[in-house]
Amino acid sequence: MTALAQVGYVARRSVLRTARQPANIIFPFVFPTALLAVTSAGLSPATKIPGFPSKSFLAFFLAFPFIQGALFATMNAGTDLARDIQSGFLNRLALTPLRGGALIVGQLGGIAVLAFVQNCYYLTVGLIAGVRLESGIVGGIVLIILATGVAIAFGALGAFFALRTGSGEAVQGLFPLLFVGLFLSSMNLPRNLIEQDWFRTVATFNPISYLIEGLRSLIITGWDGEALVLAFGVAAVLAAAAMILANWALRLRLTRT
Amino acid sequence: MAKTHGIEAKGLVRTFKGDIRAVDGIDLRVEPGEIYGFLGPNGAGKSTTVHMLTTLLPPTSGSARVAGFDIVKEGPKVRSAIGAALQEAALDNLLTGREHLNLQCALHGIPRAERRIRSQELLERVGLTLAADRKVGGYSGGMKRRLDLALALAHRPTILFLDEPTTGLDPQSRSALWAEVARLAREDGVTVFLTTQYLEEADLLADRVGIIDHGHIVAEGTPAELKAQIGRPTVEAIPADGATPESIARILEQFGEPTGGSAKGVAVRLEHGVSDLAGIVRALDAEGITLANLALHAPSLDDVFLAKTGRSLEGAEEEEAEVEA
Repeated sequence: MTALAQVGYVARRSVLRTARQPANIIFPFVFPTALLAVTSAGLSPATKIPGFPSKSFLAFFLAFPFIQGALFATMNAGTDLARDIQSGFLNRLALTPLRGGALIVGQLGGIAVLAFVQNCYYLTVGLIAGVRLESGIVGGIVLIILATGVAIAFGALGAFFALRTGSGEAVQGLFPLLFVGLFLSSMNLPRNLIEQDWFRTVATFNPISYLIEGLRSLIITGWDGEALVLAFGVAAVLAAAAMILANWALRLRLTRT
Repeated sequence: MAKTHGIEAKGLVRTFKGDIRAVDGIDLRVEPGEIYGFLGPNGAGKSTTVHMLTTLLPPTSGSARVAGFDIVKEGPKVRSAIGAALQEAALDNLLTGREHLNLQCALHGIPRAERRIRSQELLERVGLTLAADRKVGGYSGGMKRRLDLALALAHRPTILFLDEPTTGLDPQSRSALWAEVARLAREDGVTVFLTTQYLEEADLLADRVGIIDHGHIVAEGTPAELKAQIGRPTVEAIPADGATPESIARILEQFGEPTGGSAKGVAVRLEHGVSDLAGIVRALDAEGITLANLALHAPSLDDVFLAKTGRSLEGAEEEEAEVEA
């Protein structure tokens, strides 16, 4: 049996699991859009700051739900895997010819499907609310691809934490930490408009800033090569690093001979 | 493929952090088609042994071959030849029974067309046809255990490891599972390695029994052989109102040495076996002692455990529980 077929079976299970847990679907859809509505209404005067890159704060902030949705992916991937460890299901899988890599990629396959649907939804909500996509239809497709890639990267990070700790609670504890990381980025303001030096420095070193800026560029700028290369690059590096770590953690967890 | 091979372990050791020797030099041999009962209290090393033999845990030292394959060097080959239902029924509460079986068959490389037939066949065998399309979260403990067994059989293994398969089950579910395990060995020739803490289970199902305590095998043989090592039966008398245990003990001790009985009774191991019983009744009658109950106990596996370890299996359970607490 090919590794791809194994990935397919595991991904199918992951999708089924997600579809049967309403909380895993409702929260990633409701919270990011609610925060989008509240924040864009409350911070709309920010567009009057000289040099603000958009006349619509909603358009500027639309990148946020994509990243928050990806953070939900971290939690879902991690808690699902942690539950498999705690219930002994991982041992059951370990007794089959399933390759370790296929287990992780399959698990992330399910996350990717959910993330894709989420991202289509966030984009649709934005368009209905009046956001005009400066990069056009193709830009919309690239936006969804990038956002789904970011979700896969964060999902791999969740899988790594689950495999290291074996605890769903520990994975859930990671969520607020990443959420703080999201707030310490260029989420609310472009980096050049952040007045506090320390905040600007943190935001500059925060990889989430580049993910947000890449997504945002497709919405409010059009085709910004530099922002896109940085965003895809950060997503790829993050995904690769998280996958390597997850595979290493799986090898430590599965001591099968 | 490996039907002519069973299980063979030599000097199997597994230590954990803190130099805890969970399994301390186990030697065992299980013949093909045999049901081997691995009996011992909680914490004796049963599950650690199963984890090593099923390749989920590498041994610290020693060697073992399962289905003819080395458990360290040929892990994937061992796994393809065995089925295992480990201590907890490892199931996904959000999937249905049929989905579990389809996934298990798929991961074992069973072709799609055959997968459906095999899943249905196994569901029928374990009596889960009606519940097949219900989520496992709604199954009873017995149903989960039966599904667990079906999953272990998905790829037609020649050796089956069952780690305390009936713990926590009601008597009816337990009997159903026993019947299926016995049928697997008798009709399909499957070798079964069964760990249990229930004497009755080992006595009823196993062709041979290995008794494990503190990581060592302290006795091994058929249940009949092990009981024969203990030899003589015991008799226990419980006094009726008016009779004292001391007066009964004085009479019973003429027929054998005292042994552990219930709190209210007096027990002795009979020197000449069952033939002493008539003499006991006559002697008690002659002294005018009336009894509430007089019971003859044939040697049990618990007696074997007591004789080999100095503790009863139930006592050992409590001891382990105290240590864990």
